[in-house]
Amino acid sequence: MITWSNFLSQLFNGLAQGALLALISSGLTIIYGTLGVLNLAHGAMFMIGGYAGYVAFQYTGSFVLAVLAGTLFMLVVGVVMERVIIRHFYSRPGEDQLLVTFGLSIVFVEIVRFFFSSQSKTVAAPAALSGITNLGVMFYPTYRLAVVGIVAVALLALFIVLYRTRLGMIVRAGIEDSVMVDSLGIDVYRVFMVVFGIGAMAAGFAGIVNAPVVSLSPDMGEAILVQTFVVVVIGGVGSFPGAVVGGLIAGEIISLTSMVNPGYAYVMLFAAMVLVLLVRPRGLFGAKGRE
Amino acid sequence: MFSKRPVLVELITAAVLIAVPFVLPYLDAAPNTVNRILVWGLFGIGFDILFGYTGLLSFGQSAFYGTGGFIAAYLLTRAGFPHVVTALFIGMIAAAIVGYLIGLLALRRTGIYFAMITVAIAEIFFFVEFNPLSEFTGGENGLPGVPTPSFDLGFMKLSFTSGWSLYPFLAFCYFVGIVIALRIVRSPVGAILTAIRENPLRAAAVGHNVQAYKLTAFVIAAAYAGFAGGLLGVLQGFMPPDAFMFDTSGQLIMQTAIGGRGTLFGPLVGAGVWLFLQDFLQATLGLGAAWKLVLGLVFVLLVFFLRQGIIGGINDLIAVLSGKAKAAAEPAQESTPMSAAAPVAPMAARHAAPSDFKGPLLQATGLTKRYGGVVANEGIDFTVNQGELRGIIGPNGAGKTTFFKMLTCEVPPTSGTIVFEGRDITGMSISDVCQLGLTKSYQVNQLFNKLTVRQNLTIAALAELRGKFKLDMFGSLDKIAGLREQVRHTLQLVNLTGRTDTPVSQLAYGEKRRLEIGLALASSPSLLLLDEPLAGMSPRERVETVRLLKSIAQGRTMIVIDHDMDALFELAERITVLQEGKVLVEGTPDEIKSNELVQEAYLGGVNDEQELAA
Repeated sequence: MITWSNFLSQLFNGLAQGALLALISSGLTIIYGTLGVLNLAHGAMFMIGGYAGYVAFQYTGSFVLAVLAGTLFMLVVGVVMERVIIRHFYSRPGEDQLLVTFGLSIVFVEIVRFFFSSQSKTVAAPAALSGITNLGVMFYPTYRLAVVGIVAVALLALFIVLYRTRLGMIVRAGIEDSVMVDSLGIDVYRVFMVVFGIGAMAAGFAGIVNAPVVSLSPDMGEAILVQTFVVVVIGGVGSFPGAVVGGLIAGEIISLTSMVNPGYAYVMLFAAMVLVLLVRPRGLFGAKGRE
Repeated sequence: MFSKRPVLVELITAAVLIAVPFVLPYLDAAPNTVNRILVWGLFGIGFDILFGYTGLLSFGQSAFYGTGGFIAAYLLTRAGFPHVVTALFIGMIAAAIVGYLIGLLALRRTGIYFAMITVAIAEIFFFVEFNPLSEFTGGENGLPGVPTPSFDLGFMKLSFTSGWSLYPFLAFCYFVGIVIALRIVRSPVGAILTAIRENPLRAAAVGHNVQAYKLTAFVIAAAYAGFAGGLLGVLQGFMPPDAFMFDTSGQLIMQTAIGGRGTLFGPLVGAGVWLFLQDFLQATLGLGAAWKLVLGLVFVLLVFFLRQGIIGGINDLIAVLSGKAKAAAEPAQESTPMSAAAPVAPMAARHAAPSDFKGPLLQATGLTKRYGGVVANEGIDFTVNQGELRGIIGPNGAGKTTFFKMLTCEVPPTSGTIVFEGRDITGMSISDVCQLGLTKSYQVNQLFNKLTVRQNLTIAALAELRGKFKLDMFGSLDKIAGLREQVRHTLQLVNLTGRTDTPVSQLAYGEKRRLEIGLALASSPSLLLLDEPLAGMSPRERVETVRLLKSIAQGRTMIVIDHDMDALFELAERITVLQEGKVLVEGTPDEIKSNELVQEAYLGGVNDEQELAA
C-alpha cells in the first residue's frame, strides 16, 4: 500500500541515503579526477571509518568523539596508503591501480573481520537525536533527519575547501591537467597525498555517521562501492557537483523503487546508469572528452 | 609466445593432466580441490584472453559464469533435460549471447569506465537472479540435484560421478578449452588482440576494426565463463547462487593476476595457489577465516613486485639465467647503415585506384577545424595528384598535424570535405580510410611497444591482407598468402632486417622512427602521409631516411610534413606552406625559397619589432 505518508517517508529515506552516497562518491570522484586512480578500496574505507568510530564509541561513549575518531583515523589511513602504496602506481598502467586497490580492499575487510568477527556491530545514536520527530504529516526517526543535515554540512565544507581555498583551486586545476599544475612549480605529489587523505576522510566520516542507521559489518563497503560507481557514472567522473546530484538521484531511485518492490531497487538503479551511458556517456556533469 | 613449438605446449598439458590423478593422491591433495581448480582454470582461460591479451579488465565475469551455470542447471534439474554435455553447451551459447549484448554496451567506454560498467552490470544480474527470477533459479537456495555426466557407449556405460571419478571429464573439458585458446592466440585474431592491448589507437589506424575485435574477445570470455559455470553445477551437484556474486569476479581476477596474465595457464596456476593455500591455511594451520587476509596480502605484494605473476616471474628467471650468456654473445648492435645495405626493390602500392578514375588523388575543400574558440585550420583547399611527392612546411602551431589528422579521418573536420580517389571520405572511420589506402606515420611514435619488430609489421600487414575484420580465430599466421613476403620486404625497406625479433622497447630512437614509417608502409597505401619523419634524428640518420623516403615514394603518392626544409626542398616536387591554420602559399621549392611571404612567416615579426624599437 502506497500512502501519502509512506511516500514522504521514503522520499526522506532517499534523501538521507542519497546524501551519504553523495559524500562518499565525491571522495571517490575527486581522488580519481586528481590522481587518475580509481580507488576500489573506497568502500572498505567507508566501512573502516564506521569501525574506528565504533571503537572510540566503546571507550568513550561519546558519539561526537566517535565521529571525530572515525574521520581522523581515515585521514591517517588515507595519507599512509597514498605514501606507501598508491604513489608507486601513478606511472603504472590503469589496470595495475585497479588490481592493487582491489587487493587492499580485501585486506582491509579481512583485517576488520579478524579483529571484530563477521557479527554486526551497532553504534547508538546520541540521545539528543534519538527517537522520532513529528513532521506534521508523519513521524520520522530524528537521527535520519539529522543525517541529512550533518552530511549537508560536510558537503558544504568540502565545497568550501574545493572552491574557496587555494588548495581547492590547485586540486581543481589538477583535475583538469595535473602535468600543467606540476610544471607551474606546485608539488603535485603533495597535492595528491592531501586529496587522497581528504577523499578517505569523507568516506570515513560517512561511515561513522551512517553507523547508527545501519549496523556495521565487514562486508558493508562492497555494496556501497558499487553504488558509488553508479553515482559517479551518472554524475560524470571527476565532477564534484556530479557526485552530489548523482548521489541524490541514486538515493531516491533506490528508496522510491523499494516502496513499490524492494526486489527491483538495485535493478532500477543500474538501469538508470545504463540509460545515462546510452544517452549521455560522459555523465550529467562530465567534461567532454574525458575518459 | 607459444608459436615456436606449436604442439609441444598441448602435449605437455595433456601429459600433466593425465599424470595428476596418479601423482597427487600421494601428496594428500583432495580430489575436489583439484576439480575446482580445473573449473576456475577453464573460467580463467577466457578471462585471460580478454584481460591478459586484449587488455580489458572486466569486473563482471560473474554475470556470464552465473548465466551459463544456471541455464545448464535449470535444464538438467527443473526442465528434465537428459544430456549433461548438451546442457553445458546451451549454457555456454546463452552466456555468449548475453556477453555479446553486454559487450555492445560496456565497450562503448574504455579504462575505468569499462571496469565500473562491468561491475554494475554484474550486480544487475545478481539482483535479477535473486528476485525477479528466483522462481527459476531457486533464489538464495540455488538449484540442487544437478546430475553428473554419463555416456552410454553401447557395450559399456561411462559414468563420471565425483572426486577422482569426475576428474577425467573436467580434465578433458579443460584440455579442449586450452587447445582452442592456444589456436585463438596464435591466430591472426590473437595477434590483433595483443595489438589492441598495446596501442588501440594505432591498431585502428593501420586498418583494424578495433571495436569488433574487442567485442570478439568479450564474447569469447563470456563463452568460457558460461561453460565453466555449468561445470561448477556438475561438480557440486548443486548450482550455488554465489556464482553470480561480485566475489566470483574478484576471485577470478586475483587468481589470474597471481598466476600470470597473458599466459592462458596463469588462471590455472593462480587457482591452484589460491585453493591449495586456502586448504592449507584453514585446515593445516587452523587460521580459520584469516586465510583470506593472508591471500589478500600475497596478492597485493604480487601486484606490487611481480607484475606478471608467478608464470611471468618464472619466465623472467629463465630469461635471466639463460639470457646472460646470450646477451654477451650478441652485443646490442646498431643496424647496418643504409649505405651498406643492398638496394631494395621499391614496394608497389597495392591499393590501385579504380582504373577509370582520373583526376586528383586527394582533394580537400574548405577544411576547417575548431576546438572551442581555437581555430586550428580554416578553409584549407588542398589538392594532390597521383604520384606526387608533396611537402608541407609551416611554423610551429600552423596546424599541420591537425590537418593530417583530418585527412586520415582521425578527427572529423568542423566543416569542409575530403575526397580521396573520387570518393567522399569525410566522416569515415580511420580504419576504413586506411583500408582504402590512405594512412600516415605519426609525429610521436605510436608503436606496439611490447611486441617485436616483426610482430609490429605483421599487425599492419594483416589489416591490408585480411581486411578490417575477419574471424579467422582458428587460422594460422603462416597460411596467410603474402604476409611473410610483405613483412620481409618492409623490413628491408626500412632497414630493420637485423632487428627482426627485437622488442620495440629495446630499439634505438632512429630505429623506432623507421619502424614508425614501416608500420604505415606495411599496409601498402596508395597515399602515404608522413608527419615529421625526420624529427629528432641525427644528421647521418637524416641522410639515410631521406634516401628511404625517396625509395618508398616510387609508385606511390606521399605528403610529408617536416621542419627540415633542406630535406623537403630536395624531396618534394611541390611545397604547401601553412600559417596560422591557413594555406599561405603553394609552389615549387624554388618558388617557395624566394617567396617573401614565406620569409616573413619564418622570420615573422622581426621587422615589426625593429619598427617598435625605433
